[in-house]
Amino acid sequence: MKLTFPHMGNACIIVGDLLDRLGIEYVVPPPSTNRTLELGVRYAPEMACYPFKVTLGNFIEGIEAGADAGIMVGGVGPCRFGYYAETQRRILHQIGYKIPMYILEPPTAHPIKFYRTFKQLAPKRTLRDLWRALKVSWKKAVYIERIEAESLKIRCYEKNRGDTTRARNRAVKLLEKAFLEKEIETAFKEGLELLRNVPLEERVAPKIGIVGEFFILLEPFVNFDIEIALGEMGFYIERAIYLTDWLNPGAKTPVAGHSKDEVLKAARPYLSHFVGGDGRQTIGHTIIYIKEGFEGIVHLLPFTCMPELIAKSILPKIASDFNIPIIHFVIDEQTGRAGIQTRLEAFAELVRSRHLKGFYPKKEKINWIETEKAIPVGVTYR
Amino acid sequence: MIVGIPRALFYYKYWPLWENFFKEIGIKILTSPPTNKKILQLGLEKAESEICTPVKIFYGHVAHLVENRIVDAIFLPRMVAVEKPAYTCPKFLGLPDMIKATFPDIKIISEDFNRKLGAKRFYSSFIRLGTTFGANLIEAVQAFVSAQNTYKKFLKLLCREIPYKAAASIIKTEKSPQNTYIAAAKKLKIGIAAHPYNIYDEYFSLNLLKKLERMGVSYLTPDNVPHRIWSRLSRRLPKFLFWTYERELIGSAFYWFEQKKIDGLIYVMSFACGPDSIVQYILEDEAKKYGIPMLTVVLDEHAAEAGLLTRLEAFIDMLRRKKQ
Repeated sequence: MKLTFPHMGNACIIVGDLLDRLGIEYVVPPPSTNRTLELGVRYAPEMACYPFKVTLGNFIEGIEAGADAGIMVGGVGPCRFGYYAETQRRILHQIGYKIPMYILEPPTAHPIKFYRTFKQLAPKRTLRDLWRALKVSWKKAVYIERIEAESLKIRCYEKNRGDTTRARNRAVKLLEKAFLEKEIETAFKEGLELLRNVPLEERVAPKIGIVGEFFILLEPFVNFDIEIALGEMGFYIERAIYLTDWLNPGAKTPVAGHSKDEVLKAARPYLSHFVGGDGRQTIGHTIIYIKEGFEGIVHLLPFTCMPELIAKSILPKIASDFNIPIIHFVIDEQTGRAGIQTRLEAFAELVRSRHLKGFYPKKEKINWIETEKAIPVGVTYR
Repeated sequence: MIVGIPRALFYYKYWPLWENFFKEIGIKILTSPPTNKKILQLGLEKAESEICTPVKIFYGHVAHLVENRIVDAIFLPRMVAVEKPAYTCPKFLGLPDMIKATFPDIKIISEDFNRKLGAKRFYSSFIRLGTTFGANLIEAVQAFVSAQNTYKKFLKLLCREIPYKAAASIIKTEKSPQNTYIAAAKKLKIGIAAHPYNIYDEYFSLNLLKKLERMGVSYLTPDNVPHRIWSRLSRRLPKFLFWTYERELIGSAFYWFEQKKIDGLIYVMSFACGPDSIVQYILEDEAKKYGIPMLTVVLDEHAAEAGLLTRLEAFIDMLRRKKQ
């Protein structure tokens, strides 16, 4: 049995690593391209949300590459995501790929279902093995994400365009190759060293926060590398959602830097109830970023995404209350790179001119030494 | 004090409950008029452009109530969950906050109804609601019990396969039901899987039900299926469906399929409805297994009457030919 799973940012590295450790065979689908999207759009229900279509395309391409089973995370609602796996299984069966789909339900909500699925996938492994494998894979995942987060912070100061991206890619490659726990730690240190050796120069770099739906934020094919584009335009970027934070929302030291409680507390005046997905986190992160002196917020969401639309209905009020520009990018299969680019440039110009005019009386000057300090040396997980 | 109730979304499901509750407590209520062009226009102006049309219509009703300046507050419950295992819709969960952000000046009376936290907390929400209006504990309990009884009566009428409108008029006028509503056996029978706010809103649904009646077709809606039946049947899906109103649609459809109650199924959904986009596919898949023809009608603010009529007529003709 060869498993396949959809792409979501670095998820393929991490899931692959975990499956390797458990001795389960798998096929990584080819990176998402326009063909993936085309396949997804052809077979998915018309009004399903964009991530549904892309991940369906991934499954089809994975099966074409030789997989004969799928694995996907489940959920208990109320976001549509929880029903993806079941619907995608039906669609795949209907178009002739009669493969089994293993749905990993969240172990806290459905412990028995989770255990059963695990036993089906790896009959010879115990939960103890899973825990051991998970601990190491998790470490790797957190380190990869930390490298990403740091690269976002220094990209705006780089002397030569593209250096940071190259360093980041090399660091991620290093971590990808590392297998033992010690190797992972040295790889992380080396990766940080690579990032730290990127030649930087002092520059005016207004801060922009990126918030929104997790799939769009994490998958570079879907968001048209919006972070890299903004970073290269000279903006200090922080992103609200990372894969590990999403999988483990209760983490004490989340990669994004703000614990869940803090975020939800910030969101309370505007959105006091859980709405599924990341709706409440979007609001909370926006407010935290504004209070930390960020000068613009980019909100990314797929078309018809329910939780994010709730956030989108509330964000204009926040924008007017705090007098801060917020731009929404509603992304679906019709979205083109040029359109995003144009709007992004206009938004960037607005944020920069507001910054230069001193729209913010109490602004902290960020220089590159501070950024260097922001890189924790020898971070220990937990 | 006059409390405004927007005639949209869950109003169509729970109006006997709310209206009687407020009546018993002694609060004057003003329900916004049925959706019309002006209300829809107001909704389109106020709401997010990507959101589903029923929510836009809800915004329109709120805007209408705010504009008229008669009401002092707007009643807007947060229906988180009406049964233990499932949620309603994410948009229902965020609705009070969305309205608050768009209409900052109007007072909103909101209360969380969350069955997931247990029956005690769920029912005490009603009591808390009553006490916010100045009723004491006993009055609030009495009002709730009386409202609940009316609501149950309404549900019972619906379960006897009496059309929604007829049941509503029986509840309002307190007359005994007439047998004329029970459909003749010879007629073509159609199941309509749709949310109450989609089909009972005559302006939005372009009079879909009346059109069907005029074609000499009798129809069943998910309201006509008792709760315990749809709740049990919807568990047939391999994965538990976590939206209550969608479970109702799926369970009712299963019931009609199995009891051979219908000749065809019409799925009415609004554009950009999140849960429906998934459930419609699953239901289509299941309908194929039972060999029941299914028509999906997607409604939005641009839906035109002629297009709908053509499709309905074609579908009904097809069903008639199939039956002969």
